[in-house]
Amino acid sequence: MSIVTTKKITKVFPGGVRALDELDLTINDGEFFALLGPSGCGKTTLLRTLGGLESPTSGEVWIDDKDVTWSPPGERNIAMVFQDYALYPHMSVKENIAYPLKVRKLPKDEQEKRVAMASKALSIETLLERRPGQISGGQQQRVAVARAMATTPNLYLFDEPLSNLDARLRLEARTFLKQLQTELGVTTIFVTHDQSEALAIADRMAVMDKGVVRQVGSPSEFFHRPANLFVAAFIGSTPMNLLEGQVLQGNVKVGSNTFTIPESYRGKLQEGQEVVYGIRPEYVSVVSSNADGVASGSVKVTENMGTHYLVSIDCGGTLVRGTVPDGQQPANGATLHFLPDLNKVLIYDKVSGNLI
Amino acid sequence: MTSQVKSGSRAAKPGNSVLGRLSAISFMTPASIFIGVFLFIPAVWTLYLGFTNYKLTGITAAHPKIVGFANFQKALHDPQFISSFKLTLLYVLFSAILGQAILGFLLAWVLSTVKPRIRSMVELIVICAWIVPGSIVTFLWVAFLNYDNGTLNRLTGQHIFWLLHDPFLSIVVFNTWRGTAFSMLLFSAAITSIPKSHLEVARVAGATKMQQLRQIVLPSARSFIFTNLLLITLWTFNDFGPFLLTGGGPGGKTELLPIFVYNKALKYLDFSYGSAIAAIMLLMNLVLALIVIRAGRKNK
Repeated sequence: MSIVTTKKITKVFPGGVRALDELDLTINDGEFFALLGPSGCGKTTLLRTLGGLESPTSGEVWIDDKDVTWSPPGERNIAMVFQDYALYPHMSVKENIAYPLKVRKLPKDEQEKRVAMASKALSIETLLERRPGQISGGQQQRVAVARAMATTPNLYLFDEPLSNLDARLRLEARTFLKQLQTELGVTTIFVTHDQSEALAIADRMAVMDKGVVRQVGSPSEFFHRPANLFVAAFIGSTPMNLLEGQVLQGNVKVGSNTFTIPESYRGKLQEGQEVVYGIRPEYVSVVSSNADGVASGSVKVTENMGTHYLVSIDCGGTLVRGTVPDGQQPANGATLHFLPDLNKVLIYDKVSGNLI
Repeated sequence: MTSQVKSGSRAAKPGNSVLGRLSAISFMTPASIFIGVFLFIPAVWTLYLGFTNYKLTGITAAHPKIVGFANFQKALHDPQFISSFKLTLLYVLFSAILGQAILGFLLAWVLSTVKPRIRSMVELIVICAWIVPGSIVTFLWVAFLNYDNGTLNRLTGQHIFWLLHDPFLSIVVFNTWRGTAFSMLLFSAAITSIPKSHLEVARVAGATKMQQLRQIVLPSARSFIFTNLLLITLWTFNDFGPFLLTGGGPGGKTELLPIFVYNKALKYLDFSYGSAIAAIMLLMNLVLALIVIRAGRKNK
């Protein structure tokens, strides 16, 4: 129900750390937006700045058509869910959910109504009289979300709300959050360092690094067309093969091997240009014959990934990863021929790091 | 009580093994002897003296007699004792609870919002008041409040003999100054132990600083507050420091109970009466401690 815009927002912490560097970002109405990046990239600082818990060194934060850069958090009509849930141990679950309503001096019966609504939506009605210390981590997380929901905000800010849950519960909780967000339709910004989480639930996402946004787009864009080497290396459960080489006679020469340049890149590359040839291991197929454009090398390591094996092949000094189906894993040291799927090949300029 | 006995007997079981019981006793012995000689026996001896008419000089010094509760009855009708008791309660109220605890909390709360550099500087200064030996602190205060060239008179351009003119106020300020550091440290620990996110949730909800303090900080610091109150109440109740400033005078205006006991027993050498009052103080300490502990447990 809100559009959030940042305009050239910069945050320099005392001591000179630039957490945000002239960052421009627009988050659309009703969107589930994930901020993803390695630790220290500024994603949490950005979220806290949107929430008003930090004030930017320069730049502006807009919510809808209002400049809220200097508004205190209480005036932004937002709700925040923290990594540690921040439930008050001296209050019951019910008092916790009602606390922001009490601060806003809502009438008692309205508070009761909101608590009932939120606790029903999160199925925690039976826990209302308990203390936070008496319920499980998953339940605590629901209480924290219920407390946010009860304030009926225009914007939800989630600071890694799932990272304190164990792996199974996390999957459950993220499905649940996604469902809840779809139902409520309220703009939600979500900070995470877990890319699978971001890819799974975000409508759109941004990858941040050193205070700047490296790419904004849908999860599938991130997976299939990372805009630069940083994102390419960051996204994907198995890292993308990024092979440094040089354009020579229509091919990319990587060490002693040559890799075919896909049709779509014809004319975009110059002879002798330093490039990085990127291909996800999932799109490297193992072939028997030594045909044109086929590279070969000896198998270094095979790793069991469940449904398939990840094979690392020593290809003239560079390791190239590919996958083979379960049951067809090669022996270590065996020589293997392999072929990248040309439709999935991405070529990056080595100097700028950007996708060509 | 029963649970303690139970756990005690369970813990003794391994003692039946070859080494256990003997070595356990041998480990316990030195500490037990020290506690016995320096704590237990003097305490029991004091209690015993309270029931006699023992004095350091005169006939009763050689042949003390058991007089039952005579000393205790005497105390309850002794206007000097009663005024000393009231004085001690006021001293605890003003210098410990209103002074040390509240000032300490305010300091800790204000310091939690300033830059770490400034915080550690102020903390260092305040802690100095806490670590300096009592006799030196007293000397500093004697110099500060002195009539002739006292710092305070010099600063304010007045000529007042503070310890004569405002003796009670002087020792209240003295004890507040001396003990605030402890409360501040304890409350600082309490405030820093509250997760930042707890206050941030309140800020996002729109809570004012006052609301954050009342609704989040104070309830979260509850156990710290009661521990602190228990400690400083007992310390102040038993505080002998003002003796070095005023000796209990002028005219008993600063004669707190510990000073009263000292004067009775060691100045006027009436050991039995002093011991009886010491026993009464012990009882009061117990009651005070129970009240604070009870209050701390309520609604938890």
